[in-house]
Amino acid sequence: MRRGWFGRLVMWGVRIVFAVILAFPFYWMLITTFKRNTDLNNLENNPFLFNERPTLEHLRLLFHETMFPRWVLNTAFAGLVVVIITLLLAVPAAYALARLTGNWGAQLGIGVFLTYLIPPTLLFIPLSKVVALLGLQDSLWSIIIVYPSFTIPFSTWLLMGFFKSIPKDLDDAAMVDGLTRWGAFVKLMIPMSLSGILTVVIFSFTLVTQEFVYALTFIASAAHQTVGVGVPTFLVRGDVYYWGSLMAACLITSVPIGILYNLFLDRFIEGFTVGAVK
Amino acid sequence: MRRQRWLGPAMFMPAILYIVALVGVPFFMAFFYSLTDAKVGSTTYHFVGLHNFVDVLRNPTFRRSLQNSFVFTICSQILVLIGANILALALKDAFPGRRFLRFLILLPWVAPVSIGSLGWKWILDSLYSVISWVGVQLHIFHKFDTPMWLGEPKLAMMSVILVHTWHMLPFATVIILAGLTAIPKDIPEAAAVDGAGFFRTLFQITIPMMLPIINVAVLFGAIFTFTDMTVIYILTRGGPYDTTQVIPSEAFFTGVLGSDLAEGATISIFLVPLLVVAAYFMLRTAHRAEVT
Amino acid sequence: MAVVETRNLTKIFKRGNVGAVNNVDLQSREGEFLVLLGPSGSGKTTLLRMIAGLEEPTSGEILIGGRVVNDLTPRERGIAMVFQSYALYPHLTVYNNIVFPLKAQGVPKAKQKTQAEWAASLLGIQHLFGRKPRELSGGERQRVALARAIVREPSLFLLDEPLSNLDAKLRASAREELEQFQKRIGTTAIYVTHDQVEAMAMGDRIVVMSQGVVRQIGTPADVYDEPADTFVATFLGSPPMNILAADDVLVGFRPEHFLPPGFAGRAGENVAFQFRITHSEYLGAERILYGLIEGGAFGGRKAISRIPSTHAEGLDDGGVSTFHVAESDLKFFDPATERRTTPRRIATP
Repeated sequence: MRRGWFGRLVMWGVRIVFAVILAFPFYWMLITTFKRNTDLNNLENNPFLFNERPTLEHLRLLFHETMFPRWVLNTAFAGLVVVIITLLLAVPAAYALARLTGNWGAQLGIGVFLTYLIPPTLLFIPLSKVVALLGLQDSLWSIIIVYPSFTIPFSTWLLMGFFKSIPKDLDDAAMVDGLTRWGAFVKLMIPMSLSGILTVVIFSFTLVTQEFVYALTFIASAAHQTVGVGVPTFLVRGDVYYWGSLMAACLITSVPIGILYNLFLDRFIEGFTVGAVK
Repeated sequence: MRRQRWLGPAMFMPAILYIVALVGVPFFMAFFYSLTDAKVGSTTYHFVGLHNFVDVLRNPTFRRSLQNSFVFTICSQILVLIGANILALALKDAFPGRRFLRFLILLPWVAPVSIGSLGWKWILDSLYSVISWVGVQLHIFHKFDTPMWLGEPKLAMMSVILVHTWHMLPFATVIILAGLTAIPKDIPEAAAVDGAGFFRTLFQITIPMMLPIINVAVLFGAIFTFTDMTVIYILTRGGPYDTTQVIPSEAFFTGVLGSDLAEGATISIFLVPLLVVAAYFMLRTAHRAEVT
Repeated sequence: MAVVETRNLTKIFKRGNVGAVNNVDLQSREGEFLVLLGPSGSGKTTLLRMIAGLEEPTSGEILIGGRVVNDLTPRERGIAMVFQSYALYPHLTVYNNIVFPLKAQGVPKAKQKTQAEWAASLLGIQHLFGRKPRELSGGERQRVALARAIVREPSLFLLDEPLSNLDAKLRASAREELEQFQKRIGTTAIYVTHDQVEAMAMGDRIVVMSQGVVRQIGTPADVYDEPADTFVATFLGSPPMNILAADDVLVGFRPEHFLPPGFAGRAGENVAFQFRITHSEYLGAERILYGLIEGGAFGGRKAISRIPSTHAEGLDDGGVSTFHVAESDLKFFDPATERRTTPRRIATP
């Protein structure tokens, strides 16, 4: 539709202002990462500029003298195991709820999704007791066991939508052609919904990297922490903030996760808006 | 076909059991603990009835947290809603660089919130804040008397609200954008031919048509905000003097750091009413989706 | 004065591509029902949307009531449009849908009401005022869309395939009703369709379009009986006109003019063809015969004949008969340009 130059100008103004405000902290992380401490701590300096030569010292410190690499590995490992658990449980459940159970399957599916809304801040106190009973306190395994409690509901919900979008005729044709129901699921449905499964993999993984409350509650020692908790709590020694290294850690953690998440975001949003977009 | 009867349940039961064990059971344990005097270290406990609730309600810190929770949630959701609607309108049409701009705009949501908040902690630093520096350059602030963004009660509340708004805005924007693009192209065109200008189309056609999806955005936004403590934990730890303490963080400090399981659980129970309301609206939306 | 005029109007969506609409010159007459007819992708909807102001022309001019409106927004053009989907506002009641254009113009409340009642009474939908669009049938929705379009008495009415969402049975009656309605209110209408039956039945004049170009403008009889080129000849009519290639000319004749022995056609001279029927379709009232011409300049060419079933006796598959076409029913086209060319005598066996 026609829109005058004024309208276009306003649109671009809005876009740019929002983009600058929203992305500013990440730009700030980038700048801080490469600035010398003497530059950072001099109030006379223009903080937007490099007043002294850039340095890689903060990165060196981060990788050699902190547990940051350890936290990255912890997070990756926890993410991997959580993804496996999520897939093993959510994929069959989503198929069953989408196909094998009639109307009450759909109701159950909504019920499963609703559990995603129950926040960690309501459950962390009793769960800390459960974790203690299982003997997992202060272990990475505590969060590995707990995280699927929110990745499974959302993944099941997303995958249900996926399976429902595959025509029922295909299952029927496969079974007429001699496959069992289970065979149709394994040989036909799983390969056909690979993109949905990939979405679930990415989401479960990013949700693990983003979680804060459970990791903070269950894990006490620095060695077992994830990035999300380790950087803001253990990288600070006493009251001393090593802003250069901190911001380096923030940047290194957030941008790759951001890119990964961004690639699959549309599917994620579909999960939230089922029924409301018509 | 006889085999199907157990195949379905066999496929979904493991997931359901997992969720029941790690969501359902703790959910009821929270209620249970709220009626006892359980502590972190001890294994014995006694029933104390509603004693914890009475205690909590008498506690001025808790009342303060409850109030803060509402201020925090309502203020940030209003800001998010206004910002997200404007931003979604600006992102709707195709324009060069749209994908990249979308990536930048989404970063606050997709990056781990604890990490993003830490970035803000640096930006709002009491001494080296870049905002203060700009203020000094513009002669808004005096050089050695810059605002303590996270150290003064009112400013601290404002800061956590704004940082949380920053975090939630992209999420609401993409949801509203989904609603906006779901409106058939014909409708705004018909409005244009019928003589409606930009604002009439926006307020009488577009926004009313998007109401269901705006509801979804508000619903999730309110839940995520009311139950979240990450931004506040990182930026202020509830301080100064509990002026930014909210229910989730108060529950954390009492139940986990203070080792008082029972009282912590009691505090977190106050999140439940909101969740029930949210669940009700969710079910209604889902139900409507099935009817139409 | 023409209500709508386009001068050299062109729309190119993607630079370097062929235009969706190319150099269209069009003039509508006062009170006329003008139909834009063409297959999908012919540019007819784009042309309509440019007139409405929903699409910006790449070049050329649009005039409404003698005034160049290129730079006016849709709301400033004083037109009404009925969309293919009807584009009813789903959250507003029928009444509020109908008065929406009046509200946008700032018409006083009382006047809104009388106008809405007038428009609704013309279409017999007053009883639907309180309903929402989703509670209406297809036919009712169409009427509401029409009422919304006429309510502010526009000088021009644009309709984009408004019947295509109705089922076949309803479509015939809606077509007639719409035509009567336009005659009664006397507003100039431009109507886009890909359905030749609709175009023939409703149009005062038809603009036949293909690939963004106007092929012919004329009354239904003009475009059917005197097609300007082979595209118009084959696009209109079902089955389409037979077009047979001789050495330096294309000869066309309608299947219903290709008649078996003993079937008197038009007076005047006839041209005879030996026609071998390969197969036939029985369609109740009529029969369609498919076959090959034998001998002469057109030997081996395919042709189709359409005759009333009552005259089909003795015309069996495999048989050869002498079919004839009145000379005045033969249309000649230039094989290079595919446009009409001068009639000539053709040799027959």
